[in-house]
Amino acid sequence: MTVFLSQIMNGIQNGVIYASLGLAIVLIFRTTGILNFAQGEMALFSTYVTWELTRLGLPVWLAIIVSMTLAFIGGALIERIVIRPFEQSSPLVLVIVTIGLFLAFNALAQLFFGVEAKALPRAYPDRNWLLGGVSLRSDTLVLIAVLAVECLLLWALLQRTKVGLALRAVASNADSARLLGVSAATMLMLGWGLAAALGCLAGALVVPTTSGLTAGSMQGILVFAFAGVALGGFDSPIGAVVGGLIIGIADALTRQYVPALAGIEIIVPFGLILVVLLLRPQGLFGHVKVERV
Amino acid sequence: MAERARRQRLIIGTVVGLVVLAYLIWFPQQHAPADVRLWTMAIYFGIAAMGLNLLTGYNGQVSIGHGAFFGIGAYTTAILVSDHGWSLLATLPVAAALAFVVGVAVGIPALRVKGLYLALVTLGLAVVFPDLTKKFVRGVGGTNLVRVPSASLRPPDWMPGGLQPDQWGFYLALVISLGLLFGVWCIVRGRFGRALIAVRDHEAAATTVGVDLARTKVLAFALSALYAGVAGALSVQVTGIANAEKIGTFNLSILFLVAVVIGGTATVFGPLIGGFLVVMIQDRTTQFVADPPFLSGFLSGKEVLSPAIFGIMLIVLMYFLPDGIVGGFRRLLHRIATRRRSTPEPLGASVGS
Repeated sequence: MTVFLSQIMNGIQNGVIYASLGLAIVLIFRTTGILNFAQGEMALFSTYVTWELTRLGLPVWLAIIVSMTLAFIGGALIERIVIRPFEQSSPLVLVIVTIGLFLAFNALAQLFFGVEAKALPRAYPDRNWLLGGVSLRSDTLVLIAVLAVECLLLWALLQRTKVGLALRAVASNADSARLLGVSAATMLMLGWGLAAALGCLAGALVVPTTSGLTAGSMQGILVFAFAGVALGGFDSPIGAVVGGLIIGIADALTRQYVPALAGIEIIVPFGLILVVLLLRPQGLFGHVKVERV
Repeated sequence: MAERARRQRLIIGTVVGLVVLAYLIWFPQQHAPADVRLWTMAIYFGIAAMGLNLLTGYNGQVSIGHGAFFGIGAYTTAILVSDHGWSLLATLPVAAALAFVVGVAVGIPALRVKGLYLALVTLGLAVVFPDLTKKFVRGVGGTNLVRVPSASLRPPDWMPGGLQPDQWGFYLALVISLGLLFGVWCIVRGRFGRALIAVRDHEAAATTVGVDLARTKVLAFALSALYAGVAGALSVQVTGIANAEKIGTFNLSILFLVAVVIGGTATVFGPLIGGFLVVMIQDRTTQFVADPPFLSGFLSGKEVLSPAIFGIMLIVLMYFLPDGIVGGFRRLLHRIATRRRSTPEPLGASVGS
């Protein structure tokens, strides 16, 4: 039982990480209809910035806030400079553009910050409590708390503010929103900026719990975050969170209990996605698009 | 008028095609083995892209997992050659058939999953495949790398002319790519091609005119897998190995898609050109960064920059040629043609053709 609970805790910790990046992916998908392949690498780059700031002597929490601000500006600028010219392009062209960004950011991170692994300190004390044999790490608690606050703030922003209303209006129908005087351009930049800042936060919190920051740090996480988003539904923030958690827990339990799948545990999350999508092609929480003939 | 224009186009096309073909036949005789291998790689990239284009371009199903089918082809060939002593040529049909069968198996669940969701399920394929090979393939030193004996890369005895392995590989890839190009051409112009396009443009409408949705989509998937499998099998002739790593398989899958889009989505020749460009641009940027003709103080020793240059070039290319090389070329031709005719053609003329 304690083994089971420990594995659940492991799964939750990983799942929360996937969910954080998944939220950023959903945010961009909701506002612009783009699946951003570069999300993980943008997070990687801004995490390197966080690391650089701590090296300059900033305390970690301040470094995270500063780099999130920079990531917000950077994300908005990327939307304005790189993505905007492709506003009328086909989705396939946009996929290629974000793949271009993916390659560019990964290489630039290696160029600016080198290839050796960087250690990023935690912004909080590293503790480990034992609750009836199950170990509970401060990492897990902080990640859960941050994700919960993120969700709450996002919900408040989208549902309770004028800016959020405008964001949702642009997402559901950009042309009508423009006619009502909403600046769609600003909203798209805002969406990308927010997503980049969320990605930065996810990266800066994840890296201290791993062996170090390298150019490959985000790629595995991105794959699982995509899996979680596909499971939950691309247009659903709740879906991203639930999907990410399910993927994390399923992965941890497979590792523990299914020795036959040792080495190929990754089949389970993707098998799960396939089964869920066969039953609900729009994901667990996604919306169906009605097609008129 | 339109008839004459079509005949003109056919003649120009044939002449250009023959010139390119003559150059390609001449090429391996005059170039170093490394260059010949690079060009062979460009050809098999083109083959994989041609297949993916049937699926993504003509049928509208986006896949970012075809690196897995490429891997299936490569492993089939490498294992049959190294462990069972087959000749490389004999393994090609087996690799193609196996990729086709796996393509059917993946294509059936893909029926219900659409768009980006499908893209992510196929991404899963690319992520799972390297782990599968690590678990089940026992290659060099227990790793998942399979190496074929270098003797098996020599041309078969019935080939005349004392070809070197690199030259033999080039001609083999060239002949197969021409055959597969002809295959795409036939498919696209035929009944099945029209069914593919109809399903892409409007599934419900396609069903109402009698297109069998399931059959069309699954067959598109399986055919594209077959092309990728053949490309993988040919890659063994060039590299002498079959290998699968997580990043490598994912990158391959992405590069195939890139080749389709920069060559020209839903065009017959585009993916071949795109595959060629993807291989050449990557090679040139790597060389450029390794030995820069200018800015050498800034660039030297920064090999990591080459994917960045490649990525930025992709974005710029997409900006200027959103419909790919072939699409851009067509627009150029159209502009020249309309400029030459100062008076617009009467509407009836084009309808009558």
